[in-house]
Amino acid sequence: MTHLSNNKPVDTQITNAAFIPEMFVIKKIRKETEDTFTIELAAENGETSFEFLPGQFNMLYVHGCGEVPISICGDPNRPNKLFHTIRMVGDVTRAIRRLKVGDMLGVRGPYGKEWPIEKAEGKDIVIVAGGIGLAPLRPVVYHILNNREKYKRISILYGTRMPSDIIFNKELESLRGRFDIDLYVTVDRADQKWMGNVGVVTTLIKNSNFDPENTTAFLCGPEIMMRYTAIACQQQGLAPENIFVSLERNMKCGVGLCGHCQYTGKIICKDGPVFNYDTVKDLIKKREI
Amino acid sequence: MSKLKITKDTKYTVNKDAIESLLTELKKQKFKTIGPIVRDETIIYDELENINDLPIGLTDVHEAGSYRLKEREDKALFGYNVGPFSFKKYLFPPKLTILKSKRVDGKIKIIKENESVEKLAFFGVKPCELHAILIQDKIFIEGEYIDNYYKKQRDSLFIVTTNCTEAGSSCFCTSTKTGPSADKGFDIAITELLDGDRHNFIIEAGTKNGLKILKELPLVEASKNDLDTAEQKIKSASENMGRSLDTSNLVELLLGNLNHPHWDDIAKRCLSCGNCTMVCPTCFCSNIQDVTSLTGDENERVRTWDSCFSMEYSYIHGGAVRASNKSRYRQWMTHKLASWQEQFQTLGCVGCGRCIVWCPVGIDITKETKAILKQVTAQAEQSAQAEN
Repeated sequence: MTHLSNNKPVDTQITNAAFIPEMFVIKKIRKETEDTFTIELAAENGETSFEFLPGQFNMLYVHGCGEVPISICGDPNRPNKLFHTIRMVGDVTRAIRRLKVGDMLGVRGPYGKEWPIEKAEGKDIVIVAGGIGLAPLRPVVYHILNNREKYKRISILYGTRMPSDIIFNKELESLRGRFDIDLYVTVDRADQKWMGNVGVVTTLIKNSNFDPENTTAFLCGPEIMMRYTAIACQQQGLAPENIFVSLERNMKCGVGLCGHCQYTGKIICKDGPVFNYDTVKDLIKKREI
Repeated sequence: MSKLKITKDTKYTVNKDAIESLLTELKKQKFKTIGPIVRDETIIYDELENINDLPIGLTDVHEAGSYRLKEREDKALFGYNVGPFSFKKYLFPPKLTILKSKRVDGKIKIIKENESVEKLAFFGVKPCELHAILIQDKIFIEGEYIDNYYKKQRDSLFIVTTNCTEAGSSCFCTSTKTGPSADKGFDIAITELLDGDRHNFIIEAGTKNGLKILKELPLVEASKNDLDTAEQKIKSASENMGRSLDTSNLVELLLGNLNHPHWDDIAKRCLSCGNCTMVCPTCFCSNIQDVTSLTGDENERVRTWDSCFSMEYSYIHGGAVRASNKSRYRQWMTHKLASWQEQFQTLGCVGCGRCIVWCPVGIDITKETKAILKQVTAQAEQSAQAEN
């Protein structure tokens, strides 16, 4: 054992280093949809510098309310801008929405394993997002735009339930105008104004243009969506090893100590949230894991 | 004091008075000694004043869903197995403030304050309990992130192990290789020898700190006879475990059969009360909650033990991931016996049998594992026959 007893008197800070958030100030709040919003955070002294890798998340803390894991969705090349896109689904996310510009929010992170964007260089990229699943993938899109020459064909397939659920509208519009990226957006149910695709996002896979022998796919959305998207990708000849998914479970600590985010042998906060599909493909089929 | 040269690799014989001296010596060295005492008709761990606090002449009788104290025919100090408490609560407290913060003029301030931690000595640590501590070390101080409360408490900890010379009816530490004697992790180890009027103890030091204390005790080098007797007793305990668990293929057996119908069978009995997780000496899950003043300005973040048997445990937007009783029991048991191995390269079970004893409906982790194994094997044989 490395930790042998000794007889030194002990003093300790009750505050556990792993659990101390850094306080940030809310700089901007942008409404994305009825239940989803994006906040920009700035360091208290105004000099924000938050390095992170695409796919990593922070534990965001509302004083007196609680903490939630939220993926970082800004440009990894611009650490002076810290963005999170949040859907109001529980007490803490609703409490964050009630905060105003200038209010403070605690941040712990960045935590977790990233999307393997460097290993995907020289390949076609397929990004498939469902609903708010586009947020953890947005840093990947930024990275690719920053390093466009390092990648071959890029397809972004995005599906939401309804047109009103689409987030990052402005950014999607600007992507649509680019000739070096194929963007497809689909909705499960259209409204009268919708002129685009209708149907679940998996239906877009067979129309997208990629070389199955030399492609990496990044999927993020509800588990059922990722499962069927991965199946559709495999039907196009993509090997499971070249598909990556981002998983989600209840998290209390974000640092592998609280036990909540176990996914059998994996601890999602530190072994994930990004996983190679090949390592989870049997589990993702099972219920209540 | 004798002129005997005291070394780490030698075993010595002492009498009962030396055990009292050991407690005194620990006190002299400013340790707060935690050990077995009798309370509410159970043997639990709390502060020990002297040797008379020990459960002298008592033993505990275990069965699935049942725990009773019984008088022994002798005056053994350590003639019991395990009660509902483990030493876990001292290193990983059931309730701990991990952060204090305050709102002043609209700004949130994190309050950093120092609090001293008591120097603890655990006394009468059974080998399974010791292994449970070694397993929790892997989680809290040997991973990427450290739990610094655990580390501070652990770094100053002194451990006196007592090897088991009798196995209980719910014990299976031989199967999990965590007993009945300890081979590492202790400062001092004791084996009790009781034969008629002769009441002695084999004692040895495992660390320099242990050696320092040992040197203060009246020792004689253990005779071959005493050593043989001790070995014989431990061997007999090892061979007389009340239960057993085949640990050879647990990962494949349990994780390979996540949809096995036997999980439904267990779910019919399991009350999802979480007792097994509360008595387990290795279960480490925790929740964190904010406790605020009425104005909401002052706040403490409090970490409490949590249980994978609660619905809230797996709650994410939309509902609990593990909504069924079956999935929650499966999570606990597969974690303990199988996925723990992937996470921490060790079993999560030390064979103490507490989860069996303190389960109100007497669900037995060893029997359930055997049942799955039996059914899976039978099925495999059937399909092999069908192919022929």
